[in-house]
Amino acid sequence: MEITDGLIAYVAELAHLKLDDAQRAKARDDLARMIGYVDQLAEIDTEGVEPMSHVFPVKNVFREDEVRESMDREAILKNAPEKKDGCFVVPRTVE
Amino acid sequence: MNLLDLSALELGAKIQSRQIRVEEAVRACLSRMEALEGVLHAFVTVTPEAALERARDVQRRIDSGELTHPLAGVPMAVKDVFSTKGVRTTCASKMLSEYVPVFDATAVKKLEAIGAVCLGKTNMDEFAMGSSTESSFFGATRNPWDPARVPGGSSGGSAAAVAAREVFYALGSDTGGSIRQPASFCGVTGIKPTYGAVSRFGLLAYASSLDQIGPIALDAADAAAVTAAIMGRDALDSTSVDAPAPGVPRGDALDGLRVGIPEDYFGEGLQQEVRARVMEAAHVLEGLGARLVPVRMPVLAYAVPAYYVLACAEASSNLSRYDGVKLGFRPKNTQGLHDLYVAARSEGFGAEVRRRIMLGAFALSSGYYDAYYKKALQVRTLIKRGFDACFEQADVLLTPAAPTTAYPLGFHAEDPIRMYLGDIYTVSVNMAGLPGLVMPCGFDAEGLPVGAQLIGRAFGEQALLNCAHAYQQHTSWHRQRPLCGQGKEA
Amino acid sequence: MAAYEMVIGLEVHVELSTRTKIFCGCTTRFGGVPNTHTCPICTGMPGTLPVLNRRVVEFAMAAGLATNCAITRVSKFDRKNYFYPDLPKAYQVSQLYLPICRNGHVHIRTAAGEKEIGIHEIHMEEDAGKLLHDPWLDKTLVDYNRCGVPLLEIVSEPDMRSAEEAIAYLTTLRQTLQYIGVSDCRMQEGSLRADVNLSVRPAGQKELGTRTEMKNLNSFKAIARAIEGEFRRQVECIQDGGRVLQQTRRWDDNKGTSFAMRSKENAQDYRYFPEPDLPPVEISEAWLAQVRDRQPELAQAKAQRYQQTFALSEYEANQITAEKPVADLFERAVAVCGHPRETAGWIMGEMMAMMKERQVMPEALEITGEALGTLVAMVAEGRVSRQSAREAFAYAFQGGEDIEGYVRAHGLETVQEDGVYRKAVEEVLSRCRNDADAYRAGNEKALGFLIGQAMKAFQGKPDPKRIREALMRALKA
Repeated sequence: MEITDGLIAYVAELAHLKLDDAQRAKARDDLARMIGYVDQLAEIDTEGVEPMSHVFPVKNVFREDEVRESMDREAILKNAPEKKDGCFVVPRTVE
Repeated sequence: MNLLDLSALELGAKIQSRQIRVEEAVRACLSRMEALEGVLHAFVTVTPEAALERARDVQRRIDSGELTHPLAGVPMAVKDVFSTKGVRTTCASKMLSEYVPVFDATAVKKLEAIGAVCLGKTNMDEFAMGSSTESSFFGATRNPWDPARVPGGSSGGSAAAVAAREVFYALGSDTGGSIRQPASFCGVTGIKPTYGAVSRFGLLAYASSLDQIGPIALDAADAAAVTAAIMGRDALDSTSVDAPAPGVPRGDALDGLRVGIPEDYFGEGLQQEVRARVMEAAHVLEGLGARLVPVRMPVLAYAVPAYYVLACAEASSNLSRYDGVKLGFRPKNTQGLHDLYVAARSEGFGAEVRRRIMLGAFALSSGYYDAYYKKALQVRTLIKRGFDACFEQADVLLTPAAPTTAYPLGFHAEDPIRMYLGDIYTVSVNMAGLPGLVMPCGFDAEGLPVGAQLIGRAFGEQALLNCAHAYQQHTSWHRQRPLCGQGKEA
Repeated sequence: MAAYEMVIGLEVHVELSTRTKIFCGCTTRFGGVPNTHTCPICTGMPGTLPVLNRRVVEFAMAAGLATNCAITRVSKFDRKNYFYPDLPKAYQVSQLYLPICRNGHVHIRTAAGEKEIGIHEIHMEEDAGKLLHDPWLDKTLVDYNRCGVPLLEIVSEPDMRSAEEAIAYLTTLRQTLQYIGVSDCRMQEGSLRADVNLSVRPAGQKELGTRTEMKNLNSFKAIARAIEGEFRRQVECIQDGGRVLQQTRRWDDNKGTSFAMRSKENAQDYRYFPEPDLPPVEISEAWLAQVRDRQPELAQAKAQRYQQTFALSEYEANQITAEKPVADLFERAVAVCGHPRETAGWIMGEMMAMMKERQVMPEALEITGEALGTLVAMVAEGRVSRQSAREAFAYAFQGGEDIEGYVRAHGLETVQEDGVYRKAVEEVLSRCRNDADAYRAGNEKALGFLIGQAMKAFQGKPDPKRIREALMRALKA
């Protein structure tokens, strides 16, 4: 398939990555090669084959509904790049 | 005797018998690191003070009879992909270069419980995405056998540190061969247990349905002991299961063992000397009583593209949490929320990580999901069926670990696909969730180690370890050691 | 406008009243100091993994059974990927491909009669955190206490044709979920939230028009207004020759109009894929039977029973069962006093008036069944007059439990000794001879006056019934 600049921009936005012009050209090149490579999957007949997202038949793994003590808030916020009043801080969200 | 010549279990025995003190072993490792790290760069973070303090504590508990595990007091290292409380955990990324977790990974906790002494965190490809440990934000690790070459990856730091005797074993993680390929490049023994055998809690996820944890060690007996210590169901990992932990591997004959030789693993692209060494290993096993059985794995050619679709798709989701909000790198002077996200991720991730995240986002995006992601899941089913068929005729499979021996640094810089193709013999094992073990089986003409891979049935770790142990009882490849610029060692 | 018909589907999110979050052991308690109900798992710290709360599955099954859904025997979780600060993993664990319940329905009742509303599916997912604006920093603060609280998303079929039907559907749904005890459905705390999908089409046309989705609706009234407003907007748009665009809109209840959200927030490529960290949920016949056996009686069945065993009118039975806390109160009180009709009278009269006056929501009621039952019994036994009982009721309404003590302390108990009544009547009859004669001569009105006088002359709290009896006896003598 053809990898257009539009597709690159779309995928970059999905991934929340920005590309300058040089990077965009490189990304288009890389992605074209990678997609070209994985495109060989189309050759193999998978008609009626069940897709396997979990490799072993493990099922019904639960915890009981019992409260465990939460973690100390200092620890939760320890690595926060910006914090205030026990909260993480981010630029203003649209409201 | 130099204590650095011992295996982990041999050292552990001498510690238990009070012939060697834990602190003595730790100091020997630390001075070895001091001598080599400048070039080798197997570590991202070394924690000498903590290790010495820990050594004294472990010694006390050994002396009091509290710690009796055969590996108690043995110095080791942990790949920097495991969450370690109070010790920075970087995944070799700028994104996490200052991240200090507040909890320990289950595997790390389990090793701590048996008295392991951790000396630091080993280098790796950024977020475990790579096969050469060149994509580390902190710089590449060198191969102890030839510092101009890569140690393999992504657990290249762990493999190099063990091969160079900086530590006696190290934890690695393996999503598509990241334990086995560096073990092969560095001439050490590594095992990727069955998916679910070891809890992934605290392992910073790359591709959750493929990631597994295992040891890189000096021989099969050490690998068995570490694997047994970290296995088991964990209430914190829903995909973990209780599987029979391997016992001490038996060194007896392999009478009647059917060793499958899948011809698809010996085809085009395989370095001639690698083929020769692996076939020699097959004949050693035959000499020990095993029967060689030809088997087929025709779907192998599609394992790599299917793997890259699945791994990158899961990675694109797993790595989305690194967004500059809760932890990790946050750039200054951004304009608004969206800009913060984009800047944090674009500057915080390296080129290979960005490349894989983009491929993954593409494979999951609206309109392409069926052609790529779902298709890859179907190919996964076919791979599993292929292995099922092989295991009707064979008990274990013997294959090369990688198509080549260690290549020079920068070799694949221009073409990522060529590096991906190097994973051809390992990724299918992750796709099917099976256990895989790599052991050294000789050298090429340039003196670089060659590794052979044993693949087993699900939860068949014991069979692999027995087979490798028997092999190592009758060969000495695993006893060879790199000179590391130190001249002949005593 | 009459030429157009609106087509409404609702997506309802309810927070489940489990003790702990869906994937970790943190409490689900509402509110709390920011980020104190959190741990590495619900804040998405690297390396953490989810472990499913069994009760979430059972609550989802219960909700599915109560809404006549088919329960999916093997159901799986999927990841929904998008970036927002309230979503710490940047994906929400939800269900797309195999939701736990499908193809259900509920019956609603409007002025036009009864109607069936289809339920497309119910799925389990995790709630997001809360964002608070900090005016001093002009930045947003992030609190993850709510993050990971279990949610059910209940997606209706586009079966509703008016705001009235939508509200009736929501009311029925809320009542059902409250009855089976899976959610308290408090809209003001955000434990029930609804998004409205609405399209219009010329009356009689079969194909559906282009729909919009409206978010940010936090009361039934707002939902009704939003539906009317959006209907008008779409019809006007079409009549002006325009085209309705498929978009997500935010309803502003103060301005009475909706706004399209920015296109970035509109980009909806969630890249769903199976959640690799969670094994499938397989529901056996036995497990399903267990949950089915534990299902409590629902409102409609309860209302029927009240009419049959307690001889309530249909109206009374419907009123009392409309809200589960009220029905629970009623049953408890009847168990204490054994007077269902009188209890219903107190609830429908005094209590509902007081709830309205003081704006108390049913789930916030503090009155106990014991207190109400005791009071009803005392009135029935004549120990407290209806008038005095009102005062005691006000006490009970605020959560007062010791009714006997309150009545005693406030001298509300009616006097029981016959002598006191005789004395009051004799005193009045001797004072008001003319009125007594008038009564005897056939002037019925005089009796009322005499009763009033006797009440006044009474020492203590009189029981009016007994005053009347004593007076009649004396007049006939």
